[in-house]
Amino acid sequence: MSANMVALAYLVASVFFILALKGLSSPESARRGNVFGMLGMLIAVATTMTLTDNWMLIIGCIAIGAVIGTIIAKRVQMTAMPELVAFMHSLVGLAAVFIAIAAVNNPVSFGLPAVLPAGSKLELFLGTFIGAMTWSGSVIAFLKLSGRMSGTPIIFTGQHMFNLLLAILMIGFGLWFFFSETTNWTAFIAMTAIAFLLGFLIIIPIGGADMPVVISMLNSYSGWAAAGIGFSLGNPMLIIAGSLVGSSGAILSYIMCKAMNRPFLSVILGGFGSDGGTAAVDDGTQKTYRSGSAEDAAFLMGNADSVIIIPGYGLAVARAQHAVKELAEMLHEKGVNVRFAIHPVAGRMPGHMNVLLAEAEIPYEQVLEMEEINSDFSNTDVVLVLGANDVVNPAANVPGSPIYGMPILEAHKARTVMVVKRSMGVGYAGLDNDLFYMDKTMMIFGDAKKVVENMVKAI
Amino acid sequence: MIGDIDPLIINLTIFVLAIFVGYHVVWNVTPALHTPLMSVTNAISSIIIVGAMLAAGPAETDWGVWLGAVAVTLAAVNVFGGFLVSQRMLEMFKKKDKKGSA
Repeated sequence: MSANMVALAYLVASVFFILALKGLSSPESARRGNVFGMLGMLIAVATTMTLTDNWMLIIGCIAIGAVIGTIIAKRVQMTAMPELVAFMHSLVGLAAVFIAIAAVNNPVSFGLPAVLPAGSKLELFLGTFIGAMTWSGSVIAFLKLSGRMSGTPIIFTGQHMFNLLLAILMIGFGLWFFFSETTNWTAFIAMTAIAFLLGFLIIIPIGGADMPVVISMLNSYSGWAAAGIGFSLGNPMLIIAGSLVGSSGAILSYIMCKAMNRPFLSVILGGFGSDGGTAAVDDGTQKTYRSGSAEDAAFLMGNADSVIIIPGYGLAVARAQHAVKELAEMLHEKGVNVRFAIHPVAGRMPGHMNVLLAEAEIPYEQVLEMEEINSDFSNTDVVLVLGANDVVNPAANVPGSPIYGMPILEAHKARTVMVVKRSMGVGYAGLDNDLFYMDKTMMIFGDAKKVVENMVKAI
Repeated sequence: MIGDIDPLIINLTIFVLAIFVGYHVVWNVTPALHTPLMSVTNAISSIIIVGAMLAAGPAETDWGVWLGAVAVTLAAVNVFGGFLVSQRMLEMFKKKDKKGSA
């Protein structure tokens, strides 16, 4: 295929990718959008095939990847989506590093001059270090999200200084690689190794509930890594698709930070509460709360006119989405107006709760975003909080509180509040939640799934 | 005139414009679909397979080709895993037929 034909085919593929993202503006068009995405990928791969000689090898590799990818996609639990996405980001990062190494090894095969010009070196440097950080950062995110590694932040003294030092060292090796006349493998390998290490170190101090930001950020990185490789190889396909992904991830990170009212930098530097603001001030007084049983709660909800359910990470952990659906359906049959309120950072990735509720076949018309539903709490009879904590903490309205200014779901304005929780333990921010001690609040202790199942039985 | 321009500048132009397109398209994505957005963009980022194929492409095989082949496999896992899991997820957002619950 001529270079012009290839470029035109890449343009068509790029348009398909844009249409894929555009499709996601509504659930009705989203599936068609995803098909556009597949078409775009098919065109890109088929076109690139004409530029290669080792067809058998490449088709064989794609076939192996296809089998593994298909099995993973079919088997994965919807509650495990965050770790799956983290895992797949890591693949992109690692592939980017391998490609960069191959390009340094044999530039001619990529249509680059045998002695790499300075510009290409710089681009390879960028692509490699973003790719390496994407890989190791995603691996840590994957381990944390899948519970193979504790979600608590790992913090040591001088952490930020150490990271900064490593970053400077990495750039130093990068410059050495950049200014060397011939291919300087020592500098290149040292630079890549430090980038891997930095990826690990940057993610370990970030705690569980900040994961929505981390995973969006890694999403963004994986796009920039692809774009970086695109620059090195002078390949517009990689640049366009990479930039689309990169900007998408960046926007999601921004939305998540906004929903926590925390500056991006503070999330990335990690260790919530370690940055001065002392959390969980215990004033010594024993506060009293009211606890009740699932049956009491079921009775109250059955007699209510309106119920709002607020799901949180606890719902995902307990895999309670199907039980919740049953509960919502039974209440619905009794004529109760049941709706769901989703906080943007509920769960471990953007939109996590929406997917779980959709999996349980809860109609998405009943699932509302924070801005849509917040004004309705004051005339709602019962709010049922399922495994959420900080996102309903009225302390967000109190100046001086560590979470002051964070937008919350105004559950405390409802007539009755019911909270399903494992224990009275504090949430991620380490804050006590005044909502639990209000007169109108009833605490129901236990695993979210069991409690909801008991409620269903009692109705 | 276009022939005199450094390819880097052309690539930079493409890069900047693509970011703008991405920015505007993604702001229109409904928050309920943020997880599918992540998995679709993740699938799109497996476009890195194009670079991997070029690395695995040269007829004279050295270790760089094998490295490219591994990269093709990794990216292919992502292509198939990413798009199929997105499809599975988006199936769930189908409008339900009005059955008894209406």
